[in-house]
Amino acid sequence: MPSLKDLRNRIASVKATQKITKAMQMVAAAKLRRTQTAAVSARPYADRMERVLANLAASIATRGQVPALLGGGGDSVHLLVVCTAERGLCGAFNASIARLAREAALSLMGQGKTVKILCVGKKGHDILRRQFGGQIIEVIDLRAVRTLGFGDADAIGRKIVALHQAGEFDVGTLYFSRFKSVIAQIPTAQQLIPVAALPPEEKAGQPRAAYEYEPDEEEILAALLPRNISIQVLRALLENAASEQGARMSAMDSASRNAGEMIKKQTMTYNRSRQAMITKELIEIISGAEAL
Amino acid sequence: MAAFHLELVSPEKLVFSGEVEAVAVPGTEGEFTVLKDHAPLIAMMKPGVVVIEEAPAKKLRLFVPGGFAEVAPSGLTILADKALPLPELDAATLDVEVGNVEEEIAGAKGNEARRMAVEKRDQLRELRAVLKI
Repeated sequence: MPSLKDLRNRIASVKATQKITKAMQMVAAAKLRRTQTAAVSARPYADRMERVLANLAASIATRGQVPALLGGGGDSVHLLVVCTAERGLCGAFNASIARLAREAALSLMGQGKTVKILCVGKKGHDILRRQFGGQIIEVIDLRAVRTLGFGDADAIGRKIVALHQAGEFDVGTLYFSRFKSVIAQIPTAQQLIPVAALPPEEKAGQPRAAYEYEPDEEEILAALLPRNISIQVLRALLENAASEQGARMSAMDSASRNAGEMIKKQTMTYNRSRQAMITKELIEIISGAEAL
Repeated sequence: MAAFHLELVSPEKLVFSGEVEAVAVPGTEGEFTVLKDHAPLIAMMKPGVVVIEEAPAKKLRLFVPGGFAEVAPSGLTILADKALPLPELDAATLDVEVGNVEEEIAGAKGNEARRMAVEKRDQLRELRAVLKI
């Protein structure tokens, strides 16, 4: 049986924790609004870009001579770009992205492929380090970045393109969490290189257009392909930022609620043992008086 | 005039989506106007002004610092690096754009990249002279 003083201390500490989780929840809620607008408004551009490229890929594929970024070479070396948060305390957010990446990595390795991992965000690295330590080629830290912009994504995109050009990998996949709502974030894998083809039902509807190019095909592809990768990375980062805040908000909400319950329970025990102590003392006094 | 579908997006947001009659696009090889049933085309854009004509008397002018335009059977898609209504464009914004390009020139690897960046800067300066800001 803990003493009264122990109980009092415990209640005080849980109360302090609850204050912190409540504050974190409110901060996450405020940040969520900002990151959510950013993520949602970045979607159209990335979607259109994807569509334009898929159209382009389909029209070029018929002629052979496909640039490596578009059509890919072999598929023996895979690069997994795992985007996670820089901070923890956001529920299963980081773990679920890492789990998706880990499952993919294990199944690829089971097929005898080589897997390399590029971590964006410290938390993903922390989780994957133990199992895939040797395969992590780089960790990109975005902790210093306050508002994510195209510049940050572009730097990562360029790095991926440079790695691909150096022949470091054949297939590149991006892992991030798609923001659906505050309580639902969906860990997603998106193939970056080669550009994923459109789903077949969309393909059937339209006649395939043979494009004209201005200035010329090569120059456009040279500009469009790396840009597309940067844009898709930007989208992943923005979706991730919104998901992280959403996940943190609901994690902190349930933490505050748990703390509330714990305070209630502890206060009950505290009052009971205080009452028991008083009763005990009274009995002692009374029986002492009777003995006289 | 027959209308077709236009979507103009910048990385930040969907700027315009709707039926239009004609769109003038500043392509790197020269300005061109897209009408309904234009042949499929993918073009790069130089810094310039996109003129969207929703109706003969209703025109919308937007400054774009570059990007891509895709004409497909389903309509025109413009992927702009940025899109700013012309009345909101001022000297300071243009200065920032010129500064970005100057940086690009300084950091350009290889002659081809440098040539393209220098071209872009000249186009920005030209635009400034034309708009008198």
